[in-house]
Amino acid sequence: MMKNIAKLLTVFFILFFVGSYALADTIKLGVAGAHSGDLASYGLPSVKAAELVVEGINAKGGVLGKKVVIWAEDDSCKPELATNTATRLVSKGVHVVMGHICSGATKAALGIYKDMNIITISPSATTPDLTQSGNYPNFFRTIASDDNQARVQVNFALNRLNLKKIAVIHDKGDYGKGLAEFARKFIDQSGKAKVVLYEGITPGAVDYSAVIRKIKRKKADAVIFGGYHPEASKLVSGMRKKRMKTIFISDDGVKDDTFIKVAKKYAEGVYATGPVDVSKNSMTIQAIKDHQKKYGKDPGAFFLNAYSATLALLNAIEKAGSTNYNAIKQALHNKYVKTPLGNIRFDKRGDAVGVDFSMYQVKNGQYVELKE
Amino acid sequence: MMTESFTETVLYFIELLLGGLTRGSIYALIALGYTMVYGIIELINFAHGEIYMLGAFTALIVSGIMTLYGYAGMSVFFTAMLIAVLYASAYGFTLEKIAYKPLRNAPRLSPLISAIGMSIFLQNYVMLAQTSDFMPFPSLIPDFECLAWIDYMIGGPELVILITTVIVMIGLTVLIKYTRIGKAMRATAQDKKMAMLVGIDINRMISITFVIGSALAAIAGVLIASHIGQINFYIGFIAGIKAFTAAVLGGIGSVPGAVLGGLILGLTESFATGYVSSDYEDVFAFALLVLILIVRPSGLIGRNEMQKV
Repeated sequence: MMKNIAKLLTVFFILFFVGSYALADTIKLGVAGAHSGDLASYGLPSVKAAELVVEGINAKGGVLGKKVVIWAEDDSCKPELATNTATRLVSKGVHVVMGHICSGATKAALGIYKDMNIITISPSATTPDLTQSGNYPNFFRTIASDDNQARVQVNFALNRLNLKKIAVIHDKGDYGKGLAEFARKFIDQSGKAKVVLYEGITPGAVDYSAVIRKIKRKKADAVIFGGYHPEASKLVSGMRKKRMKTIFISDDGVKDDTFIKVAKKYAEGVYATGPVDVSKNSMTIQAIKDHQKKYGKDPGAFFLNAYSATLALLNAIEKAGSTNYNAIKQALHNKYVKTPLGNIRFDKRGDAVGVDFSMYQVKNGQYVELKE
Repeated sequence: MMTESFTETVLYFIELLLGGLTRGSIYALIALGYTMVYGIIELINFAHGEIYMLGAFTALIVSGIMTLYGYAGMSVFFTAMLIAVLYASAYGFTLEKIAYKPLRNAPRLSPLISAIGMSIFLQNYVMLAQTSDFMPFPSLIPDFECLAWIDYMIGGPELVILITTVIVMIGLTVLIKYTRIGKAMRATAQDKKMAMLVGIDINRMISITFVIGSALAAIAGVLIASHIGQINFYIGFIAGIKAFTAAVLGGIGSVPGAVLGGLILGLTESFATGYVSSDYEDVFAFALLVLILIVRPSGLIGRNEMQKV
């Protein structure tokens, strides 16, 4: 028994050395995120995305003539594990990192990558701070930050609809309240309109008639609501039954077909922000098809974002002509790359240009993207 | 604060008042079922909210089928209501036989746990058998034409809920006070052994209580769902908690108490939202509950332990 284990270990070590030797002249791509635990469904699609991209690129001769290899490391979305994950990836000598998945874990790991001059692109960390604080020049992302959505809503309300009095309502949850706070801030900063009412409602309450009466009393032109569709449909139908024509603007949590199904005729005319529609992009269609072929099912959350992040990283190395930190950074900022999310590059803070929210409106029982 | 005319201020107050009354009667309608069951076997039937939800789901299915066959208007409403009541009563009856009757002589905590268990079971049953999504509920109660001039204050469904609550409360009071069944129920509530000795079938009385309670829950479910316009498997829990609070506020076990408690709770929430902020809606509601229970531990109209129902 012991002998067998010893043999196994020997074989393992030999393979390991052979492995490292073979890896000497490769581009090492670190993939970090939640690959186990209850948030694994957010992280695993990104590993699959990286595998698909790398497979395709290696088949075409790799990057700078070298093969690309993936080092996947798990952080379970926990900040305290993420620093270990980052250290392990650094010790493996990765050139760039695609990850992490959760904002908290990403923040914890970023310091280590920054010290080691490693460029990192997250497919899913949306906390505005990560790019806006300016603390992490090595950080990029292929997802719009949380405040973007509020900015799109406010710009739309102020510049397209020219509204003056806005009621900001939220559902007291992290997501809804976070958005509502940004919306209020942006409206105040603009100086063009006034927030006449700012309130949280209790999700699941039997009705919102008192809040609706308050909106009416404050003579708000529009409601910006941060939250999800069950509350939104109660608010909208309540207002319409009271014959109020107040414009209703909401978020990705409401841009859901269930909202239209439940609110029925009252849903008509409601605005909601959602990610720019990329489902007709030929690369998107191809990426999803490849995933179905290889893994036998539809891709999971953030798949396209991770796919685009991997493409952006490898493309930047190719364009930079080396794995030099500054050269990659310059390439990410300046060179456009074709991805399933569209033709993207990154602004000076690290947010992807062109990856954004757009405004949708319910017309004839369907959400229709409103063109700028 | 912008200036507004005196009429606007008064109108705003009336709107809040009516909104509070509607909300209150929603709570009261559900609270009546809680209070009846507690009155007779001193059990807080936590699965009551789920019966309410089952009633709403039954009505949704029935009205869906009827609409498919081309029926419309009030006939759908009444048929859906009738079937929902029958179905929910059957559930209430079975629930008592399965989950509470075997535990009638067990310590008081056991049936309570059993009730919570049934509540979780029924929720998950509906989630698996139906859907976990929110479903649109048809507005079975039309907006009456003659109400059009005040519909910014109170709509058809709201008025129907208000009136139904009053009718149900009066009906229950009459039933309990003046009928043979009511007398037998009161006797069962006061002393089960003694009631048996004078020839009352207490099992039957308890079953009847559950059937009536469940029927009320189903009526509430159908009315409220068609007022709100959406249901899912979880609505019973949230409505149940508020209704339970209303029942305790008014004095659990007392029929007028449940209605009074519901109305006070609804009005408090409405005015707190209207004049302060909806962020504190629940804070005001529960602060009021604590205050009332400090002054009157058995609720507003709750009398001493011996006289219930």
